[in-house]
Amino acid sequence: MLKRLRENKSAQGTLLVTPTLLWMIGLLIIPLLLTLVISFGSRDADGGVIYGFSFHNYLRLFGYSTNCDAGQASCFEPLYVNILGRSLSLAFNTTLIVISMAYPLAYFIARAHPKQRTTFLMLVLVPLWTNFVIRVYAWMMLLREQGVINGIIGWLAARLNIPFEPLQMLYTPGAVLVGMVYEFLPFMILPIFTSLEKIDNALFEAAADLGANPFRTFLRVTLPLSMPGVVAGTILVFIPVMGTFIVSDILGGRQVILVGNLIQRQFLDARDPTFGSAASLILMILTLIVTYFYTRKFGFGEEIVVA
Amino acid sequence: MNPHRRHPFIRIAALVVYFFLYAPIVMLVLYSFNASRTNILFEGFIPSVGPLQMEGSLVTQSPCGAFHWFCELAKNQEVGVAARNTLTIALTSTFVSAIIGTMAALAMQRYNFRIKPFAQLSLYIPIVIPEIVMGIGVLTLFSQLFAIVNNSLGLAGDARLTLGIGTVIVSHIAFCVPFVTLVVQARLQGFDKSYEEAAMDLGANELVTFWRVTFPMILPGVLSGALLAFTLSLDDFVITFFATGPGATTLPIYVYGLLRRIITPQVNALSTIWIGLVLVAVVLLQRLQAREAK
Repeated sequence: MLKRLRENKSAQGTLLVTPTLLWMIGLLIIPLLLTLVISFGSRDADGGVIYGFSFHNYLRLFGYSTNCDAGQASCFEPLYVNILGRSLSLAFNTTLIVISMAYPLAYFIARAHPKQRTTFLMLVLVPLWTNFVIRVYAWMMLLREQGVINGIIGWLAARLNIPFEPLQMLYTPGAVLVGMVYEFLPFMILPIFTSLEKIDNALFEAAADLGANPFRTFLRVTLPLSMPGVVAGTILVFIPVMGTFIVSDILGGRQVILVGNLIQRQFLDARDPTFGSAASLILMILTLIVTYFYTRKFGFGEEIVVA
Repeated sequence: MNPHRRHPFIRIAALVVYFFLYAPIVMLVLYSFNASRTNILFEGFIPSVGPLQMEGSLVTQSPCGAFHWFCELAKNQEVGVAARNTLTIALTSTFVSAIIGTMAALAMQRYNFRIKPFAQLSLYIPIVIPEIVMGIGVLTLFSQLFAIVNNSLGLAGDARLTLGIGTVIVSHIAFCVPFVTLVVQARLQGFDKSYEEAAMDLGANELVTFWRVTFPMILPGVLSGALLAFTLSLDDFVITFFATGPGATTLPIYVYGLLRRIITPQVNALSTIWIGLVLVAVVLLQRLQAREAK
């Protein structure tokens, strides 16, 4: 039998991939199917699951309210649609800001002298590897009413004899946006750098020889060739921003509720796992649609693996 | 044209972004030495001798001097347990995912078999779905599965299967493996097969060829895949949050719990230690890459 395995290439490959495949089936595919099944069910009094086949969780998510049966004027309840919209627009805004900050830095690193380049790159890794929760904590310390930024402004104001009321920065949508940008910035810098670094210097020389000015060279040579990096970075930023709940939890308080917070609460506080499952699947479908249309044009390659 | 020529705008922008990245980190570190309990303004370093007045409460003398908050942290048993859990989880899931991820990478790169497209597709899932989707998925799986097992076997008390370190490790392996596979696969793409053919021609069998030729050549790829898996596991919050149970708190979960209640300079001390370890790891990585480049 061992001899047969030695000659059978196809069986060898299958054998090598089996442990990974079992893990993927057991911990990704089966849980996803389970989530799908549960999302059609409903909750019992203890927050348990009654299996069934009904779309009521999805209808509720998209704003259908049973209140109108009880005489309310409208059947549309925009609460959850608004949460989905808010999450989407926050993810878009975060991604745009992150690209506009990451691109110049990635460009700077890619054009640096090779000896300095590694150091500049390592400087990006330190914030990336500093724990996610610790980075939120840093912004909490900075933005609090009794926090570092208010402390510094207050100290300056006292020196200059200007009256000063501490700014309310924590628990605002702005705080959540800043926190998201800070959390995910390194994930954009590294892939853009990777694709910029690959560009052959001869291309710049050729563009210059053919009379293109630096701006035109950037627009027609550098930018198109670095698009795979931007696409990979966008995937690494957009998807987690859509699903994160810590940043909005800590920096947004109860003021900024995203779809991640909605899902988390269904599983912990509100105890309706069936509604949470439906919300989670809608979140997954939304991100898959965005990723699909976004990557269709450029594809995504090895830039996705950072660090 | 000098390829290293940079427009002043680029330099200023880079400087601003680096400042944005580092100001919060420097602040965190600085405040871990702060002689203030409430951590609003930096009120100087904690003196190493003499009594210390801190907003009304007198710390008669801190034997640790400027490292007062680090000593307080060391006395905190919950942190010790959380640190041990975090390391156990990260090391175990790195070890397992490095092995099975490398095997999968070899299979995907070298062999053709019927389920290959399906395997490739399943490896992309953790990368393209939000973590929370996977988090509630594993929570649902384990809670439903454990309920069935516990009820059918009539388990009670401590014998009951519950969420804990085991479920966290198994879930971490699931999201680490695809990244290991991608990194090792990238390494295998540039692999020159003639070394293996030469070894075979010289009479080595497949096993000897693998251990003496293939494995040493892909080892840097396996190591960087393992390093990536280790950092992913160490950093993970969302999946751990859903897959963990009582008694299996990790450091990120512990800090998150603190943030919802109080802010103490102990958290800053913890952050400083973490940042210090990251610095060491980054320098080590740089050495590793420099050696690989030679």
